[in-house]
Amino acid sequence: MTRAALLFLPLALSACRLEMVQQRRLDTYGASAIWPDGTTARPLPVGVVARGDLARDAVAVNPPEATPALLARGQERYGIYCAPCHGSAGDGDGMIPRRGFPHPPSYHTARLRAAPAPYIFDVISKGYGVMYGYAARVEPADRWAIIAYIRALQLSRQVALSAVPDARDRLP
Amino acid sequence: MAAQLFPPWATLAARLVLVTGVLLPFGLVGLLMAVQYTPYVTGQTITPEQPVPFSHEHHVGGLGIECRYCHTSVETSRFAGLPPTHTCMTCHSQLWTNAAVLEPVRRSLAGGRPIRWRRVNELPDYVYFDHSIHVAKGVGCTSCHGPVDSMPLMRQAAPLTMGWCLDCHRNPAPHLRPEGEIFAGHWSPPPNQDRRGAALIDHYGIRTEHLADCSVCHR
Repeated sequence: MTRAALLFLPLALSACRLEMVQQRRLDTYGASAIWPDGTTARPLPVGVVARGDLARDAVAVNPPEATPALLARGQERYGIYCAPCHGSAGDGDGMIPRRGFPHPPSYHTARLRAAPAPYIFDVISKGYGVMYGYAARVEPADRWAIIAYIRALQLSRQVALSAVPDARDRLP
Repeated sequence: MAAQLFPPWATLAARLVLVTGVLLPFGLVGLLMAVQYTPYVTGQTITPEQPVPFSHEHHVGGLGIECRYCHTSVETSRFAGLPPTHTCMTCHSQLWTNAAVLEPVRRSLAGGRPIRWRRVNELPDYVYFDHSIHVAKGVGCTSCHGPVDSMPLMRQAAPLTMGWCLDCHRNPAPHLRPEGEIFAGHWSPPPNQDRRGAALIDHYGIRTEHLADCSVCHR
């Protein structure tokens, strides 16, 4: 009797292994028959305030102080999310417009130099014209960082040579 | 004198039977163990068919779109993030708007139903894996996912076996990169990686003595 039970032990263990590989839980973005849209990723019910939303809203109305760290962060985020269309220097000549997407305006125009920061924040969040909104991709804090970097790009074409003491030495 | 019952080759036959009787079980067990590491079992090099034949070679290698443009949560979460259809349509609302291959994308946006991509790199559920800690500590995307920028269709580049994970967890230095190179689509270690890797372990504060502990990956 004991021997017979031992014979079945490997069978029981193999089942155990499968249970460990594919555990009874819902994986991120997994398929599920529980909900009609077939996915475990649940959209927020209407009116729900998600965890962290209030903090994000607070950041959205309080621009952080411009620091070198913020500019570095902005440069990195600009390279990821903006440069494909707006170009590395903000001329609106990124790779995507070169492949047929409508050209975005250059940042180096009088209108966009005069545009207030909250306006740019709004465009990043909600989009503008054929540009989709980036609210889901770029956190509010990073939107401010990107704006700081755009300001730096704009300034780079407007600044007098005398305002940058050692610039003349670095020119080719 | 009785005739010999056994012909001269009988001794050889008896020895062969004895040797085979010992070697065969070992050989079979060895074969079964080796099969576990073949691509047939690990899934390495397998390219699953996807609802849309998305090309990383075109989007990353050709257009220069950065990994994080679509995989937005890779720095903050366990899951690197799969782009919602909204991200695809950021460009494809204007480009290739009538392309037949993009029909599932347009249908997904119109119907509000996500595209059902097939998973390429799948770990067993008993493995705790977190993308954010790896990219924060200098492990680049291509170290595990292969040269994504030259893959027309996504395939599983690594065997994803425990031994493969441990190779790096026991000796991470050859794979570590500075911050600026982590999301590079194509990367190979520079000639001075020996010295640089050791310096990067200090730079990132990696506690190598605990990297191979069981509880690091099995929680």
